[in-house]
Amino acid sequence: MNKTKGTIIGINGNMISVEFEGNIIQNEVGYVITGEDRLKSEVVKIQGNIAYMQVFEITKGLKVNDRVEFSGEMLSAQLGPGILGMVYDGLQNPLNELAEMHGFFLKRGVILDALDFKAEWEFTPVAKKGDTVYAASVLGHVPEGIFEHKIFVPFNLQGDFKVTSIVEKGKYKVTDTIATIENDKGDKHKLSMFFDWPVKIPIEFYREKLVPKEPLLTQTRIIDTFFPVAKGGTYCIPGPFGAGKTVLQQVTSRFAEADIVIIAACGERAGEVVETLREFPEITDPRTGKPLMERTIIICNTSSMPVAAREASVYTAATLGEYYRQMGLNVLLLADSTSRWAQAMRELSGRLEEIPGEEAFPAYLESRIAQFYERAGLVEFEDGTFGSLTIGGTVSPAGGNFEEPVTQSTLKVVGAFHGLSQERSNARRYPAIHPLDSWSKYKSFIDAMPIQYACDILRKGNDVHQMMLVVGEEGTSIEDFVIYLKSEFLDNVYLQQNSFDSVDGATSPERQKHVFNFVHNVLTKQFSLKEKDEARNFFNKLRQLFIDWNYIDMRNGEFKKQEAKITQLIEENSDNAEGV
Amino acid sequence: MQKVYNKILSVTGNVITVKAEGIANEELAEISTSRGKSLAQAIKLDHDIVSLQVFAGSQGIATNDEVRFLGNPMRVTFSDDMLGRIFNGSGVPRDKGPALAENLIEIAGPSVNPAKRIIPRNMIRTNIPMIDVFNSLVVSQKLPIFSVSGEPYNELLARIALQAEVDLIVLGGIGLKYDQYMYFKNTLEEGGALSRSIFFIHTASDPIVEGLMVPDLCLAVAEKFALNGKNVLVLLTDMTNFADALKEIAITMEQVPSNRGYPGDLYSQLAARYEKAVDFDDAGSVTILAATTMPGDDVTHPVPDNTGYITEGQFYLRNGRIEPFGSLSRLKQQVNDKTRDDHRAIMDGLIQLYAQYNETEEKRAMGFRMSAWDKKLLKYGKLFEANMMDLSVNISLENALDKGWEILAECFTPEETRMKTDLITKFWPREAK
Repeated sequence: MNKTKGTIIGINGNMISVEFEGNIIQNEVGYVITGEDRLKSEVVKIQGNIAYMQVFEITKGLKVNDRVEFSGEMLSAQLGPGILGMVYDGLQNPLNELAEMHGFFLKRGVILDALDFKAEWEFTPVAKKGDTVYAASVLGHVPEGIFEHKIFVPFNLQGDFKVTSIVEKGKYKVTDTIATIENDKGDKHKLSMFFDWPVKIPIEFYREKLVPKEPLLTQTRIIDTFFPVAKGGTYCIPGPFGAGKTVLQQVTSRFAEADIVIIAACGERAGEVVETLREFPEITDPRTGKPLMERTIIICNTSSMPVAAREASVYTAATLGEYYRQMGLNVLLLADSTSRWAQAMRELSGRLEEIPGEEAFPAYLESRIAQFYERAGLVEFEDGTFGSLTIGGTVSPAGGNFEEPVTQSTLKVVGAFHGLSQERSNARRYPAIHPLDSWSKYKSFIDAMPIQYACDILRKGNDVHQMMLVVGEEGTSIEDFVIYLKSEFLDNVYLQQNSFDSVDGATSPERQKHVFNFVHNVLTKQFSLKEKDEARNFFNKLRQLFIDWNYIDMRNGEFKKQEAKITQLIEENSDNAEGV
Repeated sequence: MQKVYNKILSVTGNVITVKAEGIANEELAEISTSRGKSLAQAIKLDHDIVSLQVFAGSQGIATNDEVRFLGNPMRVTFSDDMLGRIFNGSGVPRDKGPALAENLIEIAGPSVNPAKRIIPRNMIRTNIPMIDVFNSLVVSQKLPIFSVSGEPYNELLARIALQAEVDLIVLGGIGLKYDQYMYFKNTLEEGGALSRSIFFIHTASDPIVEGLMVPDLCLAVAEKFALNGKNVLVLLTDMTNFADALKEIAITMEQVPSNRGYPGDLYSQLAARYEKAVDFDDAGSVTILAATTMPGDDVTHPVPDNTGYITEGQFYLRNGRIEPFGSLSRLKQQVNDKTRDDHRAIMDGLIQLYAQYNETEEKRAMGFRMSAWDKKLLKYGKLFEANMMDLSVNISLENALDKGWEILAECFTPEETRMKTDLITKFWPREAK
């Protein structure tokens, strides 16, 4: 095929302008040829016979008149078995394989296949010769880890086809032809187990998109009980630096009850990815007994890696998420941080000399953010099965100010908001999700009434606290003071959670139910407390017992013993007749 | 082949343009003016028009001055001969020693493959309790000191450099005041550390663009030494000056500013430098400590703000001491579980109580009656500030932890401290029980 060619006429940072002859496509991939290297780039603007392209690599050493070869393809992800457990950069280059070949540094211009073309997979056909198939029909499946990886008719084929041949059950490589199909016009296609799909286009081969209902449990108490996330829903975690966004994402990636977790480390610190990278293969997923890495995909385009690839990385992640959702799985995509992605767009926009919007972000920032989150969803497929893609994104607002464009645009489109506060983080109240500011449109797995009651206590407790700052403790009634102590108690023993502890780090739903019941009981109880010091001492003791309780494994015999101690302390001080 | 041009088309700020062909992006050129020679770097190519940023500034450049392209990007020499030497922001010796021109390495090289990084696991002990106990410094960490002009941030950097057990110290001064530069030199000399130090110094009186290269020079050299198995500590002071130099160039180049005039890629620019901090498998490491002065003591200013999102924590230096709130070492969890059982509990417990002390102190200042609990907190706060926060305290981590328990026992009963019961049994000072 005759591919379009061009030459560089200008270089400005990672943006090049290229004079070309022939036809090109918006978002088409091209390669800049410099010495031995071929640098991947993407068309982002076309004007007459000049294409503006963002280069996914460092542009050092490029010259005017260097040649550019266009590929005729849009920026795509390679979809097929073998993606689980992989660590990719933003363009789906496998980083471990890159390290084996090129050592410590990310060598420029190296492009590797995302899938292992040498591995063999045990293919079981489902479709039969003569079947009518179309894009996203299932041809068969291979086992990938604990999952049944479905092999689809490539998503990019249009119209109906007849299966003219399909291989027997057996071991095949992803590149082997496993089926041939043909349509009425006589177009024939040889199908293998993988295909490419453009990352910026959502995969929408389902019957219907449904409203997310079922909670996606993360085992973080404040999230599951108070500000839940739903399967197929979206949520965001904005917070100033140091408030614990990344730790929260890491804990979620570890404990969330999703089938597959995709971590998109987008423009953040490399060190943070390394923790996941090195630890996940060692950790056993309690639900499957297999290493956690087998259900995880890491897309890692850290802050020092080229900016243009950062922009692409969230799309790559979303595409992989949609692909696995298509198999009827529940996928959770964690993007850290969407602000860096937005900044990558801003850099690009600046180089294109577009008219800037607020804080120099491009005018299309809001629609791009909306498009990204809209790729999440609970969907029903033609065969009546379901799959979901949940997206959780962190936002790093400049100066911790939530009024900035990225946070505001994100809040408009997400279903839950976990706002982290500097104040809570300074007071070491982790996770620093602010219980009064945050919200969720999804339903908790715990009854709404007691939660509402607990929220009221928090609000009242905060009011009393504010008042005490003005009038002092002596000007506060014992009734109000106990409400304040109750809200502090709820905060200390339930909202706060030690993510670095092996037991307290993850609270199972049944434990949450059990403990929350207990806490709710304390919140509604009347106590025979007459003096403030007496009240404070009592709540100090109660808190101490509770915190110790939180650190005891529920299956351990001590758990019941500690519970009995707490019950006893409460009974000793409770007063159903009088007191507060 | 070197190409020579002697027609300068435009001079705007510190950026000049010439008409030239076959020039590579980021290629270096040498400009000979009546004032001497200066290096310049290609920053934008448009057809045959090349924009160059001139390190020595554009003052005194004549339109017919000679521009000679060198055919290579910025490089720096690398050898053991560099130890104890002092260079300027273009990599030229500023001490009286011989010029070094062998074994040139490129600066601002590719980033490290995340898959080749390892989880940092070694603590750098500084004997400063506010660091060791509360925010342990870890090998390969990148950490800024947020401060304001007039605070002793350079003194703190020098003290950490002297006390930290590292093989090599690389100091990068950007817009450094001359007396501060001499202070570093003298302090390291007196401490016997000068022979394992390399200085890249751009002083406040040097042309501002020249400061742009300092972090890259320091980090390229540090990275090379790290690959050779050395543990390197890089000190950069002050990164706000670096950001301001970036801003100046960006505005000259008519880039759309994003926030208070800083370019939209400030985050990426800073990250490209800080992310050079690394712990190599089977080789050495690079740890970065950088001073960042906050204009107007405002942490939401774009420079400290972007820095905070990049680095692995930050130390706030205010009123001559490291603030317990806001200061954070993100890597401390990697090391502080291996020191002593009570390290984490003491770390959290003392700070939570100190936060309560601050509230009480506010109430006291407003004239409220102090309850028995308030009085305990007030006593605690004073002891904490004197024995932990004061920068003159110079004790080992273990002694600092013991001191923490002593302070607690002096002020509180065990259950008031929120400590886990088993720790209290083990560490609560006996005589106080």
